[in-house]
Amino acid sequence: MANQFADPSATPPPNLIERIGAPHILLIIALLLYPVVASDFFLTQIGGYGLILGMIGLSMMMLAGYGGMISLAQITVAGIAAYTVAIFGSNNTGVLGFGWPWWIVVPVAVLFASIASALIGWISVKTSGIYTIMITLAIATATYYFAQQNYAIFNGHSGFSGIKAPAFWGVDWRSPLPFYYLCLGVSVVAYLAVLYGRRTTFGLTLQATRDNPRRMRAIGYDVVLHKVFAWLLAGVIAGFAGVLLVWFNGRISPGTIGVGAAINVLIIAVIGGIRHPIGPFIGSILVILMQTFAIDLVGAERFNTLIGLVFLLIVFVSPDGLLGLWRRFKPRMTQESLLSGD
Amino acid sequence: MSNPGQTTEPQGLSAGGSFSRRQGWIILGLIAGALLAWMVFGIWPAWLNAILISKKAFVSAILNGLTLSGLYFLVASGFTLVFGLMRNVNLAHGSLYLLGAYVGYEVSTRTGYWLLGLAAGFIVLAALGALMQVLVFRKLEGDDLRQTLVTIGISIVAADLMLATWGGTTYQFQLPEWLEGAVSLPIITAIKSNGTTVYLNYPLYRMLVLVAAIVIGIGLWLILNRTRVGMMIRAGVDDRAMLSASGVNVHMVFTVVFALGAGLAGFAGVVGGSVLSVAPGEDVRYLLASLVVVIVGGMGSISGAAIGALLIGLAEQIGLVYFPTYGVVLTFVIMVITLSIRPQGIMGKA
Repeated sequence: MANQFADPSATPPPNLIERIGAPHILLIIALLLYPVVASDFFLTQIGGYGLILGMIGLSMMMLAGYGGMISLAQITVAGIAAYTVAIFGSNNTGVLGFGWPWWIVVPVAVLFASIASALIGWISVKTSGIYTIMITLAIATATYYFAQQNYAIFNGHSGFSGIKAPAFWGVDWRSPLPFYYLCLGVSVVAYLAVLYGRRTTFGLTLQATRDNPRRMRAIGYDVVLHKVFAWLLAGVIAGFAGVLLVWFNGRISPGTIGVGAAINVLIIAVIGGIRHPIGPFIGSILVILMQTFAIDLVGAERFNTLIGLVFLLIVFVSPDGLLGLWRRFKPRMTQESLLSGD
Repeated sequence: MSNPGQTTEPQGLSAGGSFSRRQGWIILGLIAGALLAWMVFGIWPAWLNAILISKKAFVSAILNGLTLSGLYFLVASGFTLVFGLMRNVNLAHGSLYLLGAYVGYEVSTRTGYWLLGLAAGFIVLAALGALMQVLVFRKLEGDDLRQTLVTIGISIVAADLMLATWGGTTYQFQLPEWLEGAVSLPIITAIKSNGTTVYLNYPLYRMLVLVAAIVIGIGLWLILNRTRVGMMIRAGVDDRAMLSASGVNVHMVFTVVFALGAGLAGFAGVVGGSVLSVAPGEDVRYLLASLVVVIVGGMGSISGAAIGALLIGLAEQIGLVYFPTYGVVLTFVIMVITLSIRPQGIMGKA
């Protein structure tokens, strides 16, 4: 069901199954069977939410890992999709809410998100490296303050609430099990799209511009255009994640796209590892598990200290996140499987 | 408003030869300066009052903008100094600001001397900055990205620990008596119907913030341009490896600069906390301000930080008065325009 939303370039080649490899098949079987063992709480709050955050992290990882552009504005892009769903769809806040059906709202939301992402990219590709972090952080923060103060479009501080996932084909996508499978479907498509995309001509060109922009420019490639297009694609993934996010929360307010959230996405991607698309998903599950169970460890109040310390530890010990640790301890296994493509 | 300097170019003032671009800009600047001076000191006709709400609102917005610029300069100068020398984007700079404010608050309320709090804000944060440089950033030298990630981690932990220590309440500094009250400025805001002139009153403390920022700006300029350490710093900004090769202890220079930058952030925290207030969330606000100021002004340049702070501070306060909802967007627009015309910032090196 999720396929029809997907990026058209994501169509997998026929011999995909052989190229996927055993770990992926085991992983997908485990994820498909996860609802058998999981309670509703684990299904949505950890499974569904983890996949959504993982997708936002994936869109960041894609830019960082293949384009060398570390963006802190991916949550902003997801937030634009979420706001679009709230404004063009229906909400119970009494402000705007055009009540369009989901099959128009979702493409429009993703379109807006990808355009916004391309614009952010166009502003920030003039710079590189750590400058990109600064500029995207400034953009994310400015958007947050703007959404908080603008009542005509964003409904200010309170945002929109009462946004429901639609029910179609006789399934209420808001109930835990369908919602989990919806998130899983979209995430798998996005994940495969990134895996596939990095081997395409475009993906390889992007990685080449990351490694040596001057040489690529000299050969005759339009470096800026390639990077902006990468931002556009990342915006598609973040846009879908934003739609799912607003359906998951049922509401969207400036707090969702605040600085804390932006940094959270960075933490997820860095903890997981930004060398492989699976990294952000690992990171998001880990961060959400910490978020949920930190109460038992350090008390609900000091959760951020815990997560900050884990983040610091990982940055110090392994620049490539958990994937980097994995690679260090199990060199032979990983070379043949997940990490072989780098 | 775009460039009248160029339209008046050939025929205008000089009979022989045309203007250079630079002269055009100077004349444009003089005209703008004269206009501003008239708007500040002159007596406004009714139509101008009608457009710009009132003279009092306009002049107050400009003065508040200047005060805010001073504050932004204090915060951003440390940020840009550290960046220029070490290529370290210190995203924990906002946390240093907030911690400085809390430290200053504690010291000044316990001892009863505000100035002691100000000194403590600078000294404690400078020591902390030196410690951070020695214990953390020296280990990651040459790896810009990891350094930046580490500063993010530090800012998260710091924000949370500060919340644990000082809670979510807003603190207000008790200013000493000699700093309180308002001064009457020689600026006429209105003439009443009975003929008495009304002068503008402005809080003394805010004037002093501006003065302090200017003094510190000049001080920084003197340190950088007239002392031996400053010479090393400038050399380090240009070519770190060569500086090290010529026998200078680069680590020492780095530590001094980081301490100075962190100390300035702490100092700004006390100063800013006394103008406004101290509360969680201020760290993010001042981090954003320093980011935008430094992006606009040019990374690593003190004069760039001054220009950027002036632009952003004025834009924010004028925006607050004339288009309250979109004040933030105005600063953002300035940033985007700067980036598209001069990606390296106004005073930045290409």
